[in-house]
Amino acid sequence: MNDMTPITKFETTIKDWETDQEVRWCPGCGDYAILKAVQRTLPEIGADPSKTVFVSGIGCSSRFPYYVESYGFHTIHGRAPAFATGIKLANPELDVWLVTGDGDGMSIGGNHTMHILRRNVNTQILLFNNEIYGLTKGQYSPTSREGTNSPTSPLGSVDRPALPCAFALGAGARFIARAYDVSKDLGGVLKAAHAHQGAAFVEIFQNCIVYNKDRFDDFTAKGVADQNQLWVKDGEPMLFGSVKSGGVKGIALDLETLSLKVVDVVDGDWQSAGVIVHNVKNRAIAHMLVEMPFGPFPMALGVIYDDPRPTYEATALAQDEQARAGKDANLAKLLGKGQTWTVSGTAADPV
Amino acid sequence: MATLADGPDALTGGKEIPAAPEAVVVRFAGDSGDGMQLTGGQFTLSTALAGNDLATFPDFPAEIRAPQGTLFGVSAFQINFGSTDIETAGDQPDVLVAMNPAALKTNVGALKAGGLIIADTGEFNKRNLEKAKYEVNPLEDGSLEKWQLLAFDISALTLEAVKPFGLGNKEALRCKNMWTLGLALWMFDRDRQPLIDWLNAKFKKSPVLAEANIAALNAGHAYGETAELAGPLKQYHIAPVESEPGLYRTVTGAEAVSLGLVAGAQLADLPMFFGGYPITPASAILHNLAKLKEYGVTTFQAEDEIAAIASAIGASYAGQLGVTSSSGPGIALKGEAMGLAIMTELPLVIVNSQRGGPSTGLPTKTEQSDLYQAIYGRNGDAPMPVIAARSPADCFEVAIEACRIAVEYMTPVMLLTDGYIANAAEPWKVPDPESFKPFPAKFLTEKNGPNGELLPFSRNEKGARPWIKPGTPGLMHRIGGIEKNPGTGNIDYSPASHQAMTDARKDKVDGVAKGIPAQDITLGEEGDTLAVVGWGSTYGPIHQAVRRARRRGLKVSHIHVRHVWPLPLNLGELLKGYAKILVPEMNTGQFKTVLRDQYLVDAKPLNKTSGQPFTIAEIEAAITDALGGDIGGEVDADGTQLPSIKSVNP
Repeated sequence: MNDMTPITKFETTIKDWETDQEVRWCPGCGDYAILKAVQRTLPEIGADPSKTVFVSGIGCSSRFPYYVESYGFHTIHGRAPAFATGIKLANPELDVWLVTGDGDGMSIGGNHTMHILRRNVNTQILLFNNEIYGLTKGQYSPTSREGTNSPTSPLGSVDRPALPCAFALGAGARFIARAYDVSKDLGGVLKAAHAHQGAAFVEIFQNCIVYNKDRFDDFTAKGVADQNQLWVKDGEPMLFGSVKSGGVKGIALDLETLSLKVVDVVDGDWQSAGVIVHNVKNRAIAHMLVEMPFGPFPMALGVIYDDPRPTYEATALAQDEQARAGKDANLAKLLGKGQTWTVSGTAADPV
Repeated sequence: MATLADGPDALTGGKEIPAAPEAVVVRFAGDSGDGMQLTGGQFTLSTALAGNDLATFPDFPAEIRAPQGTLFGVSAFQINFGSTDIETAGDQPDVLVAMNPAALKTNVGALKAGGLIIADTGEFNKRNLEKAKYEVNPLEDGSLEKWQLLAFDISALTLEAVKPFGLGNKEALRCKNMWTLGLALWMFDRDRQPLIDWLNAKFKKSPVLAEANIAALNAGHAYGETAELAGPLKQYHIAPVESEPGLYRTVTGAEAVSLGLVAGAQLADLPMFFGGYPITPASAILHNLAKLKEYGVTTFQAEDEIAAIASAIGASYAGQLGVTSSSGPGIALKGEAMGLAIMTELPLVIVNSQRGGPSTGLPTKTEQSDLYQAIYGRNGDAPMPVIAARSPADCFEVAIEACRIAVEYMTPVMLLTDGYIANAAEPWKVPDPESFKPFPAKFLTEKNGPNGELLPFSRNEKGARPWIKPGTPGLMHRIGGIEKNPGTGNIDYSPASHQAMTDARKDKVDGVAKGIPAQDITLGEEGDTLAVVGWGSTYGPIHQAVRRARRRGLKVSHIHVRHVWPLPLNLGELLKGYAKILVPEMNTGQFKTVLRDQYLVDAKPLNKTSGQPFTIAEIEAAITDALGGDIGGEVDADGTQLPSIKSVNP
């Protein structure tokens, strides 16, 4: 199966990816950091601005396309995946990035998120998760934690939050990654997402400094990050923490309960502690990693799952090509197809 | 003239050889599992091959397999055919084929007085009579005496005919429809061979089923020939219609829309992308196009109606001709995305096969009640051209016209058909694709501003913006649903910008009227008293009613509007030339209101929302009413096929 992505590296700098439009996010918004990370990554992967399309829905994150000097389509609430699917079927050579948020992608557009993932349309899907509706002024979102106080939940929200990565994996996604706005490793995750042929789902925790300030400090703040972030890397043991921050720990598999557990690693001997070596193709472990409850466990970050399958557009268009092969596309013949009869003279003539 | 309605004696003039009626209406009715649509379809084909003009009306329940024998499970297929121009499926059947008591009960009321009932006695058993809520067998109690009755055991005759093939009872009984078709073919002197060929092709994989069905077909035919039944069963030969020389086929509206879209995309020199989601009665278009990949068609069955239109807009954005299709409830879901296509000024064709509403309404029945939705049904000032097809064959040209407007004006266009013309078939003179003027799409390849800048929202003489394909080097830009600066297209909510862009969008769509033909008078002339103004599938009954009224000397014109938005530039002046205006519609008066609004004319409504098309008689009666009760003179022996008004409006 040949997937069509730009093979030739295009030479650009970060400046080439900045538009003349004034960025209108709130000062201090996590979106700025994500925008910069994307604009830094695009030259590194050799992207061609004229073949790059940013598609978005509605919300703060969905203003993203206006700030990237490429083709951009700011569509309607929740539907960006469907627009992106049409774009990729019409022209699979375009490199499509989809920018969405927790409201856009998990609530109003949850259906489309599910279908672009299960079909496996070759796109990068960046879901900015700030656990709040920002653009409509602070209502709780489908990812808000239980008890979130907001204008629409003055007594605290009672909905159970959705887990975007677990949802994506459940929908059949073949690439799942997690990062956060100001992380220095966000660029690496974006590169991996881009390298993946198929729908690459990236959840990016993003700080809404107006309506949900510092919501992710429990694992992103200096001082706690080391003990609370598990950056997984293919082929490497799942270790976190350090001697300095209170001990090296690892993730091991409890064979009794078939679930993950945190183990202490003494003197670097992770093998005898039973720490798992991350394998990006292990779907079962991926499920466990994205569902690890934060608190007893660290937040799993990085490329959690990456196991490509043929993309939707490659398969669908190949099937179309096969249907066309050797066929004569003569419109006049098509119009005159089926049972026909000829009227040659007057009504008296037999037909 | 004589019709079957006048009884066999009238047809034969007392002689042995039956005279030929000029038009006959036959209705096949049975259980939804009896294959009535298939029987009707094949009878239509044989009628077309015999050179008759025809119109059909498939009328089936929304349930796929309603409980057998029930009143709501009846499926019917009506065909009107003749040696003269046929434009409707006929007001009242001359012949009713009733495969069970429920079919008889639900359809016999429509049958002309003196018409012929053919009934399968094998199905008139206690259980089926109960299901149809008959206390006494109507075939035996004299209640059908105003009609002619031919009742015999079709079930038993079929079982007998297919016995050699060793089918199970259930399978054997399935051949009943072919037996009945064989009898019908005999009645109207038709060739069986095309049907035999068709059965052989259909059952290629199980020759025994092909043979059994052919045996049933032949047995039905032989029954007519040899039974020599006294009374109502006679053979008639309907002469071929006088038609323009050329190649013909039958076509349904859904087929003609599909072919027209393919032709339209080719004339635009574009690949077509069709995003659809299954819905009755629109699905047939997706089915048809899915088989036409070699014509540059990509079809996509989306996860919902919104994704269907969104993917089509995405494809248009990427440089293909995006098309989507649905019916009322689905069109409602697509509303927001239509607004985006209007706002981003991308070409798009939206086909609405209208059905009875609101909500789920009548999924399989016809209506024209989405006109307001088509013209006005979006948030904001969201102008969009709307055009309507008047018959199954007309769908072809109208689909091409929708593609033309979409591409030339960079706008979504809504094409209205309805459940009636989507499913109904009529003969179609196969057009020459070369006879249509191409309208090739142009893409911007270089910056277009006076100072070397890119202006994605500059406008040409038609008010259309340039189409810029992503992938074009150097023309990167951003579009979206937020109000934008005229010219650059950058986000701009300033008062001046919104005013200018609202005006530009309206002017552009209004301007579509400059590129369409002036409204003609379909039948009649300026100076008549009454204009009967229609749009869409009411064409046939209006046309026939006006023709009949004119033959009676009434000063009535028929005006049929294809471009329902924007309206033809001369329509207002044209209408003001008539003292009275009557607007028959299968809704509560939507086009009537549009005409009143646009032209301040006193348009009067004639409304029907029963899920059934208008009959000619209904429109004739309204014409008479509108003219103060004037029925004009008699229509009779002037060589036309038109029966007397008294027989139609007793």
